[in-house]
Amino acid sequence: MTALEKFGTYCTFMVQSIGVPEKWKEFFKRYINEIYKLGIDSIPLILIVSLFIGSLCTILIKLNISNPIFPRYSVGMTTREIILLEFSSSILCLILSGKIGSNIASEIGTMRVTEQIDALEIMGINSANFLVMPKVLGLITIMPFMVIICMATSLFGGYFICVLTGIVDVDTYIYGIQSKFIEWYVWFALIKSLFFAYIISSISAFYGYTVKGGSVEVGQASTDAVVMSNIMILVADVILTKLMLQ
Amino acid sequence: MIEVKNIDKFFDNGTRQILFNVSAKFYDGKTNLIIGQSGSGKTVLVKNIVGLFKPDKGEILYDGRDITRMSAKQMKEIRKEIGMLFQGSALFDSETVIGNVMFPLRMFSHLSSEEQLERAHFCIDRVNLTGSEDKFPAELSGGMQKRAAIARAIALNPKYLFCDEPNSGLDPKTSIVIDDLLSDITHEYGITTIINTHDMNSVMGIGENIVFINKGHVGWIGNKDEIYNVDNDELNRFVYATDLFSDVRKYRLEHGYKRSIQ
Repeated sequence: MTALEKFGTYCTFMVQSIGVPEKWKEFFKRYINEIYKLGIDSIPLILIVSLFIGSLCTILIKLNISNPIFPRYSVGMTTREIILLEFSSSILCLILSGKIGSNIASEIGTMRVTEQIDALEIMGINSANFLVMPKVLGLITIMPFMVIICMATSLFGGYFICVLTGIVDVDTYIYGIQSKFIEWYVWFALIKSLFFAYIISSISAFYGYTVKGGSVEVGQASTDAVVMSNIMILVADVILTKLMLQ
Repeated sequence: MIEVKNIDKFFDNGTRQILFNVSAKFYDGKTNLIIGQSGSGKTVLVKNIVGLFKPDKGEILYDGRDITRMSAKQMKEIRKEIGMLFQGSALFDSETVIGNVMFPLRMFSHLSSEEQLERAHFCIDRVNLTGSEDKFPAELSGGMQKRAAIARAIALNPKYLFCDEPNSGLDPKTSIVIDDLLSDITHEYGITTIINTHDMNSVMGIGENIVFINKGHVGWIGNKDEIYNVDNDELNRFVYATDLFSDVRKYRLEHGYKRSIQ
């Protein structure tokens, strides 16, 4: 299948998946379940990664901009800008695409190869809509909250390393993360995360839904889903940054 | 009754023909079997009949309603009258047995939660799975999975029941249990049951209307009593591939035994 054919198939798949759910009650049940499975279950990973990345950012910035030209609060301020502008949305979503993307692709792929999707179709259910909509909407709903958690934990990671090692004075760090604060950057990160959530969930669902064969192909689809999600996140990141920050 | 008329089916952009002018009738209240060797086209035929594939030529009539000319909306209504048992059972992994059986009821019935539960318990009891309601598919044996899938398939009282290789992967004793269950349900509810199989025990046990597919063509149509006396080399090569059935046939022909083996 050429790239263009694949894109066409993806578009058809997404059109098929959009629609009024067969039963709202069932949809909401699945929607809440997906929020929990894709979002809440990812919070431990987000906390660990954010804490360490926040700490690391602070250490590296301190090492690289220790210069009389820069005010001492620059460490906190730069850490905040990196976290708000790039890490809390783009890098977090790249990390999450590995966990969430492979989860979605392998779950739907397994349903495909074990004929569970055929069973849904036989019953007269729009399987794409039934399976994909709750995942896409669930991830879009929970992603901004995960980004906020990431922002807070990363900034705390910087604070934590300052307290632990004294690399930067704690008060200076706190002053730095508050100085010259631009609220739009938070909104920028949240808006980007919505697009990334859509990319991760829809692309992974597509790769899982269109898998043919057995367990090997499901594994391959899962890998392809993560790779393609990552590429598309980076492409979207460039486009959105250009559109929203310039 | 389901009737297929002059079905052709091609794959690979029309370069590979799998079904050639297939015509057959499948009757209400009877176990209709589609038999044939692996790769003969019987699964493709069943997938055409249930609407998972669309034939390139011909008609598929569900009690006179041609599904090949139906809109998606009309087809959706027909699907609510269909139950299907897949080769691998196709139970939803994330649901328990009771959840699986209740699934079509939740989606399509207007029953209250209590009524849905009552109906699901009835279906589970009908397939002798009482006590396994809260188990997940992975916790069930192959035979139990098949029975749970049958319970799910009959939950909405279907008019048409399709079974794709219901005995695949099962031991002979469990296969007979599944065959008997399908036969009983078919007669009890007057369902048009179509079973796609190459299990000769099933053919000899419950084959009330048998359609033999050979290389995409209808090779023979008859029933389990007639199959012993057929002068059809392709069918005989398929049916009597094992020594056991070959010996049975020889015995019956030598002794003029016309009654079916029960």
